[in-house]
Amino acid sequence: MKKLANVGLGLLMTASMMAAAQAEEVKIGMITTLSGGGSHLGVDVRDGFMLAIEQAGRDDIEVLIQDDGNRPDLARSLANEFMQRDEVDILTGIIFSNLAMAVVPAAVRQGTFYLSPNAGPSDLAGRMCHENYFNVAYQNDNLHGAMGAYMREQGFEKPIILAPNYPAGTDALAGFKHLYEGEVADEIYTQMGQTDYAAEIAQIRSSDADSLFFFLPGGMGISFMKQWQNSGVDLPVFGAAFSFDEIIIKAVGSAAIGAMNTSLWAYDLDNEANHAFVEAFRGTYGRTPTLYAAQGYDTANLILSALEKAHPDDQDTFREALREADFDSVRGEFRFGPNQHPIQDIYVREVVEGDDGEPTNRLVGIAIEDIQDVYHTQCEM
Amino acid sequence: MIKSTTPSLAPRRVPTPAASWHDRKHLVQIGLLAVLLLAPLSAYLLGHVYYVNLASRLTLIAMAAVGLNLAIGYGGMVSFGHAAYFGLGGYVAGISAYHAFDFTPVIGWPIVIPGSDSMLAIWLATMLVCGLLALVIGTVSLRTSGVYFIMITLAFAQMVYYFANSWPTYGGEDGLPIYLRNSLPMVDTQDPLTFFLICFGGLVMSLALTSRIMKSRFGAALTMARLNETRLATAGIAPYPIRLVAFVISAMITGLAGALYADLNGFVSPTMLSWHMSGELMVIVILGGVGRLYGPLAGAILFVMMETLLGGLTEYWKLFLGLVLLLVVLFAKHGVMGWLAGRERP
Amino acid sequence: MTLFIEQLINGLQLGTMLFLMASGLTLIFGVMGLINLAHGSFYMVGAYATALVSAATGSFLIGLAAGIAAAAAVGALVELIVIRRLYHRPHLDQVLATFALILIFSEGTRWLFGSSPLWLNAPAALSGSIALPGGSRYPIYRLVIIAVGIMVAVGMYWLISRTRLGMRIRAGESDREMIGALGVNIARLYTLVFAMGAALAGLAGAMVGALQSVQVGMGEPVLILAFVVIVIGGIGSIKGALYGAILVGVVDTLGRVFLPLFFRQFMTSSEAAGVGSALAAMLIYILMALILAFKPKGLFAAND
Repeated sequence: MKKLANVGLGLLMTASMMAAAQAEEVKIGMITTLSGGGSHLGVDVRDGFMLAIEQAGRDDIEVLIQDDGNRPDLARSLANEFMQRDEVDILTGIIFSNLAMAVVPAAVRQGTFYLSPNAGPSDLAGRMCHENYFNVAYQNDNLHGAMGAYMREQGFEKPIILAPNYPAGTDALAGFKHLYEGEVADEIYTQMGQTDYAAEIAQIRSSDADSLFFFLPGGMGISFMKQWQNSGVDLPVFGAAFSFDEIIIKAVGSAAIGAMNTSLWAYDLDNEANHAFVEAFRGTYGRTPTLYAAQGYDTANLILSALEKAHPDDQDTFREALREADFDSVRGEFRFGPNQHPIQDIYVREVVEGDDGEPTNRLVGIAIEDIQDVYHTQCEM
Repeated sequence: MIKSTTPSLAPRRVPTPAASWHDRKHLVQIGLLAVLLLAPLSAYLLGHVYYVNLASRLTLIAMAAVGLNLAIGYGGMVSFGHAAYFGLGGYVAGISAYHAFDFTPVIGWPIVIPGSDSMLAIWLATMLVCGLLALVIGTVSLRTSGVYFIMITLAFAQMVYYFANSWPTYGGEDGLPIYLRNSLPMVDTQDPLTFFLICFGGLVMSLALTSRIMKSRFGAALTMARLNETRLATAGIAPYPIRLVAFVISAMITGLAGALYADLNGFVSPTMLSWHMSGELMVIVILGGVGRLYGPLAGAILFVMMETLLGGLTEYWKLFLGLVLLLVVLFAKHGVMGWLAGRERP
Repeated sequence: MTLFIEQLINGLQLGTMLFLMASGLTLIFGVMGLINLAHGSFYMVGAYATALVSAATGSFLIGLAAGIAAAAAVGALVELIVIRRLYHRPHLDQVLATFALILIFSEGTRWLFGSSPLWLNAPAALSGSIALPGGSRYPIYRLVIIAVGIMVAVGMYWLISRTRLGMRIRAGESDREMIGALGVNIARLYTLVFAMGAALAGLAGAMVGALQSVQVGMGEPVLILAFVVIVIGGIGSIKGALYGAILVGVVDTLGRVFLPLFFRQFMTSSEAAGVGSALAAMLIYILMALILAFKPKGLFAAND
């Protein structure tokens, strides 16, 4: 037993010496979901992020990556490990809102910068906003709200709307209704992780709706779309990119074709930074990037742009540099609102059959320009 | 309260061998506690707060497993739903702090129960709430046995999980943050080492309580209910109330660990209630050695070390965790404690 | 009324899907007394093999055969290496070992095939829907699943009551020592039964995989449901699994649809949808607790 204790203490010592030796460089801690369900999101954020870091070719930046297994308590423990043992300057990487809520408030209060490459819960945009917290992706409502605006503009009068019964789901439907403004035919809540949607589809069929909007991220969306295709219900389908990223629609197959979805980015978006990004990503990883990869890439480039001006130890200058958002975003124009969440254009994409016969997203147009979350008024910073 | 139907908790006079303090088992037990206490102390002195917090996490998981071990190991009640109490304890701490922060009552009618950020009040409330829940669940579940018991405890835990997941008032799936760690009089709970010592105290208390229970007449009856129900019945003692009381105490210990765990993380979410959590607690109990007093501690040390070390090495760390668990269950039948301290004398 | 009937069919259909999964689980428990948490992994293996092979060959049927074969083979292998060491162990050890197997299978699959969900669709001949009396439509593929579920139920009944293997299985269920004394090779029987159970899970994964997302961890939600089913039905009883599956399928489906409608009478439609769906999520567990409170060994207790 004594031996074990010695080994334990030995480990403590080596780790601490390693930490002390590298005080000059910039350390970034990435906590992201790499295992279990939903891990393709984390993998793409990581790959997009690392692509930008490697392109920058700076050897004074160290990125530490850990898998949170989609568990809030583990994410919290990893954040402590990064902040207290490795003394990272910047944290990033979290995919899911409930994990972000477990990690971000405490992390930014302790003086670490956190840049979100994906999750954007409403509390962090509103009453719990913080000067060290930047969201480089979206506020959770953005894409849903944009679709509400788009569907109203397209003249749909009675959409039926559907989401899982959990905070992000109820927020999604609230966000949609906020910008849709009209009456909806009905709203249906499903269960988290539900795999069979026969009952809900029958309900949609028996309603008098003229269109369907749904928010079912990840595997839930795949199951739903597959079952929707064979049901014989013939309503136009709308959703957010979370159910229609390139990986998901390949798994759904032909059932996805014709669905419209809102996204803050599209791989066929016409700007120079995006052309370079898509080509480099395909070259390095052999697949088409998803919006998560684009968000990871933008997050890294934002950090790099700010590092040109200051080291994170110089907190005020570094924060100011981040606020300027002086980098070439792959989604075109990018700027921060007063709560350090993006003000950005949201695009509409349609799922079509690609040249190889597989479904792919095609840019249709802009759903809404310069969307800003509604929570910024609650933010006192 | 239960004296009329069950034997008392008074110590049973057991002849203790004089040499027992020097045997291998006790050395291992003292060694485990000493490592757990000294490692974070030295880490603190060296300025590595992270390891102190890691030790607190380990201690609390061990304490939750000590509670479960009382049910599984000593009572033979294989509960696959102890996450319900762990998470509920966490929610008691979270909800109480939330209302104390807002100056609103937890319950406004028919009696007013105010929120509180005092750990003592929270612990008391946790024991009450978890005890009540376990009383309800136990009353129904203990009518079944074997696999049915495993599955019905799981079913109850799933109910609590889905309820917490979809009830919006306290955050639903997003969970509930605790902005400021709850407080104790005259103690700075914000200090990592102080908080670790509180957790350590909780673990030692629950170990001592378990040990005392098992040395009492009540413990003897519980053991007999597990080994030979008929003989217990012929002695004029009904096994059902004995098991129920043990089940409730077990849930209270696990619930307390959960309340402290929420304070450690500054956060409580339905993940603490999920069946994976129940499974993990069970894994820790079995890893350490079922029905061994210090088994949960040994299991928790091994489990958290593996999680931390493997997690840093590869993103496929769960694969290796699975392999290690499999090897332990196949080849080290009596867990880490069996391997370290030899087989328990019957 | 049409909606109610359609939802009833949906419930039946969900029930047959659950039965495909639960039948193997209950068979393994009935014969060997083993709690197999890794059953969901065989479901995943079946779905993955079907997806990969049908993508390569372009034929869903070949894929389906491959899925069943792969699940059976993996099942047999797991039985030979791990499971047979667990028969005489307490349930607790079985839970831990098969919990470990879940981790190994999930992460191993991710290692081999990546984190992205795979593509697997029903064959074109079975896609589309047919008209129901009353003007509604129903997907053909779901009717096929109901048919397969009924075939499996009938097949299992025939196997157990009419064949030599079935006789041994029944003997094993009632008295494990006895069949050894009768000169039956127990080790081989157990491997066979375990592989059969795994093949059933593989069949379920392959059939249902065409309607769902084929991804790592897909077996876990259905595993918990399958356990609820066999516990309600009485562990070890195929008949119990069938009734349990249909009961759970119907209660869950009707609860999901009609609880929100019910609450709409007292509150706004948004709130009703939330509360109703929260209660619907707990409904089958409440059902299970109620049944076990009155019948502690399930509806059709075999033996224990």
